[in-house]
Amino acid sequence: MQTDNRPLSPHLQIYRLPLTAITSITHRLSGLLLGLGALGMVYWLIALAAGPAAFEGARAAAGSFIGQIVLILFSLALFYHLCNGIRHLFWDAGYGFELDTAHRSGQAVIAAAVVLTIIVWIFAYSMGGA
Amino acid sequence: MSYRTPIKQARGLGSSHFGVAQWWAQRTTALALIPLLIWFVVGLAVHSSAGYGAARAWIASPVAAVLMVLTLGAVFYHGALGVQVVIEDYVDGEGLKLALITLVRFAAIVLALAGIFAVLSIAFGG
Repeated sequence: MQTDNRPLSPHLQIYRLPLTAITSITHRLSGLLLGLGALGMVYWLIALAAGPAAFEGARAAAGSFIGQIVLILFSLALFYHLCNGIRHLFWDAGYGFELDTAHRSGQAVIAAAVVLTIIVWIFAYSMGGA
Repeated sequence: MSYRTPIKQARGLGSSHFGVAQWWAQRTTALALIPLLIWFVVGLAVHSSAGYGAARAWIASPVAAVLMVLTLGAVFYHGALGVQVVIEDYVDGEGLKLALITLVRFAAIVLALAGIFAVLSIAFGG
């Protein structure tokens, strides 16, 4: 009997991921990215402890064009992971599992992450640039 | 026929024995990190642009130093647990899995202590 020609269930490349699946994998990816952000946090503190020269080096790196893009990505990952983490805490407590609710809380998390990122950068630049 | 289920062989012999405690630690650190990271990001936005002296004065203040140490502890505890879950889900083979988790834990502890030492040296160094 031929067994290698059976119908296959949809693969990830074919199947259109629902929003709940996209927000789930993005939670993981943003968490891993924030691991790198934590490295940056320690680098900043060590530079601050090491003295003015090291700190100015860290500030120049953070203030460069690439540095600013990386920091914006870190802040977006942070606010996404934070908001979606709160969504997960509600799930852990047993609330919000209805498909419609889970879909709408996913939309809310994405919107909140973008809005919070924009607010914090407007605030940072109004304080005199990050 | 026997009605005994294999549960008596499995009881207390879960894959790691630490699952429930780690699950709770992941959530308690998550809860702690909500205010701590909002404080850190806002503080960074306010103080980092004002230069070396202002940033140092911020971290050197007792409240900020304590909050910064708490943040570092919670970040690397939470981060190590999170990366461990990802490794457990995607890495094949017990040996490699264990090696990577051990590596992540060592790295998390070293980085947390390096950060905490930097904060304390700022706070006590004046």
